[in-house]
Amino acid sequence: MNYNWDFASVFDNWWALAVGLQGTLRLFAVCLILGMSLGLLVALGRRAHAKPVRWASTGFVEFFRNTPVLVQILWFYYALPILAPVEISPFMAAILGISLNSAAYSAEIFRGGIQSIEPGQWEAARAIGMSGLQTMRRVVLPQAVRRIIPSLTNRGVEIFKMTTLASVVAYVELLQQGKLVASLNFNPLEVYTVVAALFLIILYPIVRATYGLERRLARSD
Amino acid sequence: MPDPILRLSGLAKSFDTNTVFEDVDLDVAPGDRIAILGASGSGKSTLLRCVNLLEIPDAGRIELNGDVVGNPEKSGRARYPERELRELRKRVGMVFQQFNLFPHMTVAGNVAEGLVTVLGQSSGPARERALAELDRVGLRDKADTYPSRLSGGQKQRVAIARALAMDPEIMLFDEPTSALDPALVGEVLGVIEQLANEGRTMLLVTHEIGFAYHVANRIAFIAEGGIYEIGTPDEVLKNPRREKTQKFLAEHRRFQF
Amino acid sequence: MYEWNFAPVFAESGLLLAGFRNTLILTATALSGGLVVGLLLAFARLSHRRWLRLPADLVIEVFRTTPPLVQLFWFYFGLPIVLSVEMTPFMAAGLTFTIQSGAFFAEIFRAGIVSIEKGQWESAKAIGMGHNQLMRRIILPQAVKRMFPSMMERSIELMKTTTLVATVSYADLLFQANELAQKTFRPLEVYTVVALIYFVSISCVSFFAARLEKRFARTGEFSV
Repeated sequence: MNYNWDFASVFDNWWALAVGLQGTLRLFAVCLILGMSLGLLVALGRRAHAKPVRWASTGFVEFFRNTPVLVQILWFYYALPILAPVEISPFMAAILGISLNSAAYSAEIFRGGIQSIEPGQWEAARAIGMSGLQTMRRVVLPQAVRRIIPSLTNRGVEIFKMTTLASVVAYVELLQQGKLVASLNFNPLEVYTVVAALFLIILYPIVRATYGLERRLARSD
Repeated sequence: MPDPILRLSGLAKSFDTNTVFEDVDLDVAPGDRIAILGASGSGKSTLLRCVNLLEIPDAGRIELNGDVVGNPEKSGRARYPERELRELRKRVGMVFQQFNLFPHMTVAGNVAEGLVTVLGQSSGPARERALAELDRVGLRDKADTYPSRLSGGQKQRVAIARALAMDPEIMLFDEPTSALDPALVGEVLGVIEQLANEGRTMLLVTHEIGFAYHVANRIAFIAEGGIYEIGTPDEVLKNPRREKTQKFLAEHRRFQF
Repeated sequence: MYEWNFAPVFAESGLLLAGFRNTLILTATALSGGLVVGLLLAFARLSHRRWLRLPADLVIEVFRTTPPLVQLFWFYFGLPIVLSVEMTPFMAAGLTFTIQSGAFFAEIFRAGIVSIEKGQWESAKAIGMGHNQLMRRIILPQAVKRMFPSMMERSIELMKTTTLVATVSYADLLFQANELAQKTFRPLEVYTVVALIYFVSISCVSFFAARLEKRFARTGEFSV
């Protein structure tokens, strides 16, 4: 147990980790925006009048929730280019896998939020002559979003953690750069400790904030 | 006067900076039926809950049939080790406002639970005893249903049977009818009256002043952080001597005729 | 138009089957370990003793907030250096996912336990039950029913997370798929079949979980 930790060899390569962190943030931002907005669309699709739209949305949610995201990323990277005449970069494959997966999860969150709004709100909006779309935009969604902010934030944290999976297709992000540094300096223990610490430093404040938010919402409801 | 079953001396309790009561003394003789009245927030439930140490008093002494509970220290503050808490609670029965039946057990299971888990009886005799107690509260035919199928009044009668099964030396009732529909109050009061007639010792926190007059042999009125006035029902309820008792009773009689 | 050809994949289905078996073994190991770890962590977190509560808090928060793939690399490549022991991919994965799912289970247990009404605790105490009896006889039986949906969800998450072990060369379903894709030059068919295997088996689990949940709700023991 008297191992001599040597973090100097990690910090000497801080630029490599910084490049990785930049890749992580870029992937996270894209997947967050795509995943959440697509999720809202799918949630609305599950409430659509047209049956095919409803079935397609439900099928989408079920499929992407019930398969591992790593399988999805690999499918988009290795399998999709065979089907369609497109070049798929590691960045693209990761975006597709993580965004679609997150869209399925956030669709369920949006759906739960919309369902939690009392029927009386719909009736009151109808009673003053609002259309269905207006009611959704002006009355239901603003209330629903407030209630689901903690769950959406949690989903955001999950997306951030998921970005590490892009290392499997050699996308340059934090873990991928960590692997590189570890293989050059033979110091995996220190490198992975630092990488884990970086994730903890970035994500823990957000996690704490959601605890506070949850408590505030629980009190005000 | 015979030795008291329960003796409280110098009992005090506060939450944070808010004093609920201080320096409460009370002797409960065998067969006593003491009704505790008071405005809401006067601390009458807290006092009752201190008796079986669901709330730990800040100071004072509790004696049950001559046994001092816990380890009172010179400062007046007592320490109550887990074993003593359990020993006391075995000997004191409690009935709650919200019944608090165990929803995952049948009615008979609820009544037998303490006999099996706490007193270590085997399940056969425990069930026999549970059925006998259910018989006493008139619910033997409900033995194998789950609490969710019962009315509020029936639930409270099961809760009483559950407390009785432990052969308690004293029974505590914490507003046993406050959560009930008016139509269901009677059946529960009937059971409590029957216990009173059998000579059970009991402390009863209630809002039913008429029932208290009828069933109790002493009334304790709680106000100003302590027992404000105590005496026979005739003394306290018909001829209250002190101002707050009079005001309380006048309030409660306003719509009665 | 691409011509699908599943024949080479089915010819090697034994490879995938072996992988699927390993996926199940790893899931079962981490699940049973994780439930035990989770219950212990939950009790520690609810304890009044600081020296129990603080370490439990730390483990739960760290393992919930860092990516599982980073954890796996740490346990596989890093930990053997400190402990100077050999670590097989299975040991590293079993350890990582036991603690990781334990951290999530702990929060589910804790939430279930504190969701039981105060009156249940009090009436159990009032008939003289001690803390352990009260937990075992009154609180946990009710809490487990309430926790069941989140437990199933987390178990399914665990099964999906086990795919990460392919990166440290444990021969799970995904690892075998990678091998097979290289061997047959049929990545489209291989990854499609593997995605379907996961989809079907996970859908089956959620279907039966939902059925069980309904059964629990019907027994009428839920409300007081």
